[in-house]
Amino acid sequence: MSDINYELNLTVNGERGSFRVSPRLSLADFLREELHLTGTHVGCEQGACGACTVRYNGDQVRACLMYAVQAEGAEVETIEGITESGELAALQEAFHRNNALQCGFCTPGMLIAAADLLKHNPSPDRDQIRAGISGNYCRCTGYHSIVDAVAETCSGGTKEATQ
Amino acid sequence: MKSPQFDYVRPGSLDQVLDLLAEHGDEAQVIAGGQSLVPTMNMRLAAPSVLVDVNHVPGLAGVELCGKWLRIGALTRHAEIACSPEVARHAPLLARAAPYIAHEAIRNRGTFGGSVATADPASEWPACCLTLGARIHLASRKGTRTIPAEDFFEGVYQTAIEPHELITHVEVPAAADGMLYGFDELARRKGDYAIVGLAVQARIGAKGPMKLLRRNDQRLSEVRLGFFGVAETPVLAQQAAAALEGRPLDAESIQAAQSALADDLQPLSDLYTSAEAKTHMTRVLLGRVLHALSGDHSA
Repeated sequence: MSDINYELNLTVNGERGSFRVSPRLSLADFLREELHLTGTHVGCEQGACGACTVRYNGDQVRACLMYAVQAEGAEVETIEGITESGELAALQEAFHRNNALQCGFCTPGMLIAAADLLKHNPSPDRDQIRAGISGNYCRCTGYHSIVDAVAETCSGGTKEATQ
Repeated sequence: MKSPQFDYVRPGSLDQVLDLLAEHGDEAQVIAGGQSLVPTMNMRLAAPSVLVDVNHVPGLAGVELCGKWLRIGALTRHAEIACSPEVARHAPLLARAAPYIAHEAIRNRGTFGGSVATADPASEWPACCLTLGARIHLASRKGTRTIPAEDFFEGVYQTAIEPHELITHVEVPAAADGMLYGFDELARRKGDYAIVGLAVQARIGAKGPMKLLRRNDQRLSEVRLGFFGVAETPVLAQQAAAALEGRPLDAESIQAAQSALADDLQPLSDLYTSAEAKTHMTRVLLGRVLHALSGDHSA
């Protein structure tokens, strides 16, 4: 047993890189501490809070429940990369308009979960939205404004359609 | 908290996995989805010296109909099961249960075999395996063996798996005509561990050629009621099932089954829910699932 550095080749936000990591380093800590992509937040480190949600080969996963070394050959997208692509612009504007964040700690994970929901179901009802973000804790908003924001995004940004 | 140190190996074949398990025994821990293992390691409740990552082993994932059995590879993710047309058709109980497992991000990574091997008393797949009469297939350097679900789950996080063994796949009997399947659970919030849960299988009406002669026969047989979250392992409620056998699924038989439940289950209390509350909830849940099934069937 040792802290031998293991080789890791992966693509993060479209950029390929080679690294050496300790096997005990979580994917979330790797993204934050090695790549300085601090939009991936670390909350509970046991998969409960959803703040560390990233995309792994296209699917949302918990970056705290994977070791970085496991991501060999994988494509990882973080909130920084997904934001830059413009994919989240409508959701982000709706979050802003609806005050769907206060401290912002849950927001990156919440946006990735919401985008994933809308990818699979472009017009969810409010119950489906609640189910879609059920794996992400928010300790500020009480969720109502987040559900409003997601509902507004899928109705094309018209407020009355969500009432 | 962070995981303790460990050595990491990423075998590329089943043979290599079995060699590693034979070499390291209980010092080694298999990691598949890691959705239970990594938190356990982060909380320092587990500290294996070698982590054997089976995510790149070919042949361990996927769902396939083999004769009268549906074969589910151990590395099949919960999310794949949730949206698999084969599962929906041949194992509708699993399709109904899948959405109850944690959250999408966890379902994308967690595996069927991992959940069965972990044997959490509140998890869905072990109860489904028991209810369906699944067979769990294990491999090791000594060969392969198959264990029926009834003999597989031994206690809280305890199964019949030996340290040098790996689950390769699980087989569940393919759904036949006339079979009914129901699933529900009670949890504090969506995606939380179930306080109590229930998987149901039953046949309605006559079997095989008798079906033509007895078209109006709506009596139940082969009833299996698999409760979870109530004991150290999932349990079949035998008396409640017996109360339904040979009777139509109606308000009267459902009530008889609910009354019989007291002889089957003595739920354990946990941190949040007393034994009395759980006892009440098992009755409510049984009523709900059976009433929903009777509605499904008449519809």
